[in-house]
Amino acid sequence: MKITFPHLGNVYIAGKAFLEELGHTVIPPPVCSRKTLEIGTKLSPEMICLPFKIFMGNYIESIEKGANTILLTGSCGPCRFGFYSLMQRDLLKDLGYKVDMIVLESPREGLDEFRNNVGKLIHSNSLIKIARNIKPALNLIQAADDLSQFSNHIRAYAIDKKEVNKIMDKYYERAIQVKGTKEIFSLIRETESRLKRVRLDKNHNPIKIGIIGEIYTIIEPFVNMEIERRLGEMGVLVDKALTPTKWFNHHVYSYPFGSKEERLKFKLAKPYLRTLIGGHGRETLGSAIHYKELGYDGVIQILPLNCMPEIVAKSILKTIGKDYDFPIMTLVVDEMTGEAGYNTRLEAFIDLVAKRREKVVSG
Amino acid sequence: MKKKTIGIPRGMLYYEFYPMWERYFRSLNFNIISSPRTNKNILDKGILSCVDEACLPVKIFHGHVEYLKDKVDYIFIPKIMSLYKREYCCPKILGLAEMIENSIKDCPEIIDPIFDYKGRSAFKKAYMETGAQLRVAKKASKKAYKASQIDKNIYRSWLKKEVLKDASLKQENARFNLLILGHSYNVYDEFINMGIIEKLIEEKVNISFAEDVAERDIRSFSNQVRKRIFWTHGRRTVGAALSLIDRHKIDGIIYLNSFGCGLDSVLTHIVARKAKENNLATMELTLDEQTGEAGFNTRLEALLDMMKWRDRHEDNIPSFR
Repeated sequence: MKITFPHLGNVYIAGKAFLEELGHTVIPPPVCSRKTLEIGTKLSPEMICLPFKIFMGNYIESIEKGANTILLTGSCGPCRFGFYSLMQRDLLKDLGYKVDMIVLESPREGLDEFRNNVGKLIHSNSLIKIARNIKPALNLIQAADDLSQFSNHIRAYAIDKKEVNKIMDKYYERAIQVKGTKEIFSLIRETESRLKRVRLDKNHNPIKIGIIGEIYTIIEPFVNMEIERRLGEMGVLVDKALTPTKWFNHHVYSYPFGSKEERLKFKLAKPYLRTLIGGHGRETLGSAIHYKELGYDGVIQILPLNCMPEIVAKSILKTIGKDYDFPIMTLVVDEMTGEAGYNTRLEAFIDLVAKRREKVVSG
Repeated sequence: MKKKTIGIPRGMLYYEFYPMWERYFRSLNFNIISSPRTNKNILDKGILSCVDEACLPVKIFHGHVEYLKDKVDYIFIPKIMSLYKREYCCPKILGLAEMIENSIKDCPEIIDPIFDYKGRSAFKKAYMETGAQLRVAKKASKKAYKASQIDKNIYRSWLKKEVLKDASLKQENARFNLLILGHSYNVYDEFINMGIIEKLIEEKVNISFAEDVAERDIRSFSNQVRKRIFWTHGRRTVGAALSLIDRHKIDGIIYLNSFGCGLDSVLTHIVARKAKENNLATMELTLDEQTGEAGFNTRLEALLDMMKWRDRHEDNIPSFR
């Protein structure tokens, strides 16, 4: 069984290490690229949202590298992500690929299937071994997230931004090559110490921007055109409202109550939106207010074209921006998004935020 | 005291619930104004006030509210979260009241009770909440709730009168049986779908709707899909299509799909696959504010012509897929 899974930011680093510790061969898909998107767009229904298309591209590229089993999580929320597994199974079958698809649904959707799927993953491992491996895997997700956040921080202050990029590129390149949890941990530590040696401009007072919106577009650097890096190169300090760590904290660690941070966001969003609307619509609203309270200079909302919950959120964000006097920009991404226009909008937004800050300070 | 007026926009789930709502508010002694049938003016107003990314029905709904806002004291936009256990509606319907509140200036007070199926008395609670928001006595609102509960047949005959006027769906010497699928606000709003029903009746085609299929069939056939369909409207669409295909009651399917609809992007896939297996003609018509009627008519005629040719050639070579 050669397992692969679609990309979700840097989760593949932890996922790969975890599955390898269980004795599986893991073939992570190549880093998302223009090619991935081309393949995905060609094979997917026209009207479906962007993550679906990239997932399809990921599968095909991994299958070409030898993978024969796809691991995916399910969902039964109002968002259409829940149907990805159904449609993708059909599409792959029509294309003639003989692959097995393991879809981890919530046990409430059918205990037998859940047990079956988990059984396949457990392989011949004892439960003790798995329990022993889950903790490091979750720690790894956190470590990988912390590292990318740390690099964002360093990039904003660094005198030579390219140096940070070089270090991070090297890290991503090596992350696919190393095997198992231990090696990846030492790689992360090594990268961190290299980042610490980058020369910083201590007097720099960076503009602080929060990234909010749909989780996949925030997390996956190819889809948001490496927004963290782009902003970092302009000397902006970037923070993401959703990361895999935050997701796990909310949905796994603190089940069924939810993490403190997310609950705070729900509370902040309550005056504007009373109920859930699926996806991360409510979190988007809460995060915008949360960033304002933390003293950020502005937020950028990113969503894939036609994302239903985020469209609702967008129409409410207008009011939040007005009520809190807070700059908010929305960027919609899909397979047609052009780099130049995207860049221009980012630069314009940062310019405006910077001007605004001058005004507040001097006036 | 002067009678207060409540406005009910003729959009989104209007075609599924209006008779109930009407009876409820009549019993509470309110004046009811519902907006007129969708027209160009309403569409234009809606496009101006709504966010660009939303789908056509949502924009039109904004237009209906714009029309009503100076004429009424309250606007009724319920938050319909879930109509069955562990099922949801489209995220945009879930957040519709909030979208309106934040997009339309000088909107009268919005009455937005939450319809969330959590046990049998959930809807009663929602109607009681409506009463509370309107500041009427509990007893009156309980009575009104009872008055609002109507038989399925009354609803069906209302819908027939509302949508078809006096045309009949089943005709003698009809050429084909077609199933028209899609959300109720696409299928029944003659402005959005450019009078497709009338056009088909003129062409001597029998039409079926998803609403005609019995709930029991819808449940059992939608369960054939490998994944549980967690959208109530999605389940109805898929269940109705699969049951009619299975019973050979239709010759083809027209799917009315609004541009950018998340549900439709998934449901068309499921329905079209099944139709292809059974060698049925399917056509997907995507509607948005730029859809032109001429192109629309051409496609409709082409579909009917091809179905006719297919009938003539008994060897049944599919002329299109």
